[in-house]
Amino acid sequence: MARSSRVREPLWVRLILRTVVVTYLVLLVAWPVALVVLNTFQDGFVHMAEALADPVVQNALRLTAVVAVSAVVINLLFGVTISLLLVRYEFPGKRALSAMIDVPLSVSPVVVGLALLLVYGSRTGWFGPALADAGIQMVFATPAMVMATAFVALPLVIREVVPVLEEVGDEQEQAARSLGAGGAQTFWRITLPSIKWAVVYGVVLSLARSLGEFGAVKVVSGNIVGRTQTATLVVEQKYQNFEQTTAYSVAFLLAFASVVCIVVVSILRPKEES
Amino acid sequence: MSIEVRNVDKRFGDFVALDDVSVSIPTGQLTALLGPSGGGKSTLLRIIAGLENADDGTIEIEGVEATHLPPQKRNVGFVFQHYAAFKHMNVAKNVAFGLEIRKRPKADVERRVDELLRLVHLQQFAHRLPAQLSGGQRQRMALARALAVEPTVLLLDEPFGALDAKVRKELRDWLRRLHDEVHVTTVFVTHDQEEALEVADEIVVINDGRIEQVGTPDQLYDEPANDFVMSFLGDVTRLNGVMIRPHDVDVNSTPVDGAVVGTVTRLLRVGFEVRVTVTAEDGHDVAVVLSRAEARGSGLAEGATVWLTPHRGALTVDARPAAGVSA
Amino acid sequence: MARRRRPSRAVGTLNGPSALGLGVALIWFSLLVLIPLAAVVSTAAAGGWDNFVTTLTNDQTQAAIRLTVVQSLLVTAVNVVMGTTIAWVLVRDRFWGRGALNVVIDIPFALPTIVAGLVLLALYGKQSPLGVDFANTETAVFLALAFVTLPFVVRTVQPVLEELELDVEEAAASLGASRLTTFRRVILPSLVPAIAAGAALSFARGISEYGSLVLLSGNLPFRTEVASVRVLTYIENGNPAAASAVATVMLVVALLVIVLLDVIQRRVSRRG
Repeated sequence: MARSSRVREPLWVRLILRTVVVTYLVLLVAWPVALVVLNTFQDGFVHMAEALADPVVQNALRLTAVVAVSAVVINLLFGVTISLLLVRYEFPGKRALSAMIDVPLSVSPVVVGLALLLVYGSRTGWFGPALADAGIQMVFATPAMVMATAFVALPLVIREVVPVLEEVGDEQEQAARSLGAGGAQTFWRITLPSIKWAVVYGVVLSLARSLGEFGAVKVVSGNIVGRTQTATLVVEQKYQNFEQTTAYSVAFLLAFASVVCIVVVSILRPKEES
Repeated sequence: MSIEVRNVDKRFGDFVALDDVSVSIPTGQLTALLGPSGGGKSTLLRIIAGLENADDGTIEIEGVEATHLPPQKRNVGFVFQHYAAFKHMNVAKNVAFGLEIRKRPKADVERRVDELLRLVHLQQFAHRLPAQLSGGQRQRMALARALAVEPTVLLLDEPFGALDAKVRKELRDWLRRLHDEVHVTTVFVTHDQEEALEVADEIVVINDGRIEQVGTPDQLYDEPANDFVMSFLGDVTRLNGVMIRPHDVDVNSTPVDGAVVGTVTRLLRVGFEVRVTVTAEDGHDVAVVLSRAEARGSGLAEGATVWLTPHRGALTVDARPAAGVSA
Repeated sequence: MARRRRPSRAVGTLNGPSALGLGVALIWFSLLVLIPLAAVVSTAAAGGWDNFVTTLTNDQTQAAIRLTVVQSLLVTAVNVVMGTTIAWVLVRDRFWGRGALNVVIDIPFALPTIVAGLVLLALYGKQSPLGVDFANTETAVFLALAFVTLPFVVRTVQPVLEELELDVEEAAASLGASRLTTFRRVILPSLVPAIAAGAALSFARGISEYGSLVLLSGNLPFRTEVASVRVLTYIENGNPAAASAVATVMLVVALLVIVLLDVIQRRVSRRG
């Protein structure tokens, strides 16, 4: 990228802007994050080992994995289906659906929790009592936690896949059809390979978001220690119980998992082809 | 007849793409669908392939009623303007696709792919990805891919439209020679009259959703059914109320009976020809093309008065007053 | 690049499998999103107008809503200035460590919100190496919101800035415009839609934030309690009608932001 010097800012302007930006980012993000990492490992891996030996923590990590993976699988199936429908098909109400898909991104997690509680609460919810009679416990149990997590991460796969589907166009699919491929064959052999990276990226973003969900899960889980407590809830509880080192360790694990997900994919993802 | 199109209508909203179109496309020939952009020729091709549904009318391919068959059941080969290469597969895999869908034995697939890559001169590129090929090579790969399944008919939608002029010309010659070897019934869409005249056995001229004329290149050029066909297939000018090709106008430097009198207003030499603009007494311009020798012989110069007559035996067509035909 | 896409009806009409897919997807979307959100609005409405007025005129609730709105606006204003500056530096400047800064921008998206609160406590809490203690103050609310909304403006402005053609600026310069004039008259107008979109997202996020505030702000009534916390308190006190009333207000704000974004995006795409 050769930049013409005539339209470049003078050095002093650039130095000032650079300093302002670096200072802001260091104070707001880099330094605090570094401190948490340092706090976690101030005595080596001792605190981490202690935290991992705690049965409450072990349970929470296991539950977090179950809830996050379930929500991601649901969002993957739903997201790819909706993306295909939105890009490749015409149907009434498409514009409205496409706008509604983004709603979960701007709804407060607490409101998400409240909304699910009002419908699936086992005593006063709209559907809750009927489901409870059928022996299905939604709220204060895993199903509602999966739903809450799926809700907040809902648009992430779609937002990755839709632009790629639009960019790829449907000519390759038409070519496959003209060569004798049916609908399913076209999807598995042509469509899916061409949106592969968008799907992977969407899944990883969803996973990172799902592992870290806090507010919505807090409302619908009941926060029952050892039963419906996920890793983020453990962080809150341990911190407030003055078990700060455990809180830091679990927080670090969560942050590490999320960051690793994103870094790995940005490395794996092939650079934009021309 | 290989493809029978009967009374096909197609609308996109208010826009009439095809209006009661019927045409027969002969077996084993190379047929061009020629016409201006938006005239409906691509839509007709896509309806034949099943990529688009006709609102009304029927399609028959080699005696088989195909109107309601999905594209994958029609056994047509389709080549897209922008190649539609499967980007995640290498060249060999692209060509093998249709055969694998048809579950042919592996050895057969390999043999056939090899044969086709040889035919389109891509055998040394079998393991490259489409992104590593030039436009012309990608289009040849697309052609091999379409031919691999031994289609009843081969359909090409502006196959050379995205290529630059030189590659276009090479591929055009090559398509003609390929067709002489393979003899599959082929239909291609083009808006380039030179391409159609040079390559096709038969040309179907389509404009405004209607078929204007069907015939061999010579028939179309020599006996155009109307002024649209005449003007679309080559330059035309207006002389005394008729359409005529500029090279069919004689320029006389002395008065001639029944001639159009005018003044030379512009004289332009382009390579071996001389383009003359003569402003007639009634004020409208007549374009004339002469060879350099003719121009020199008649001693033309700007400002000179000349008498214009149609060349003996020249083709003329009455100009439709409403049709805004331009030279 | 600008290739013509033809309408492809034969592929585009719903057939068996795609209609089934649409049906299943819509049922799930309704069960997960539409019906629950409708339940919030309907519960708020069922409480009647009185419930609405009582809840929203409650001093503590009003304080919470005021704090949320004021801090969100403040943070959005800071993001507009800082976010644009950061995007500018990332795109137009070249220096060692620029790549690392680019990664730092994404950290707030990647971190779980509860961890974000914990992270900020480390530098701005009781044990701050800076010697400050913002824990349980309004400043803490501001910091938490600034942290979680950091990427919005940066990430919407950055791509637009990257695609901005340099010859337009050169043209402006050749016509005698100073750098400042060029920025004000040529560059800024083309960034405005992106900045507005980023600001809307950041405001919406600010209004709805909960997780990062839990540990940092202490949730003190009248001082650091935000709208989300208020909703949670009503839920825990067994008053779903009041919770729904506050939640409905928050939903309306979210909806307005979505409509605003849609308008901005359509205006941009029309400009082409």
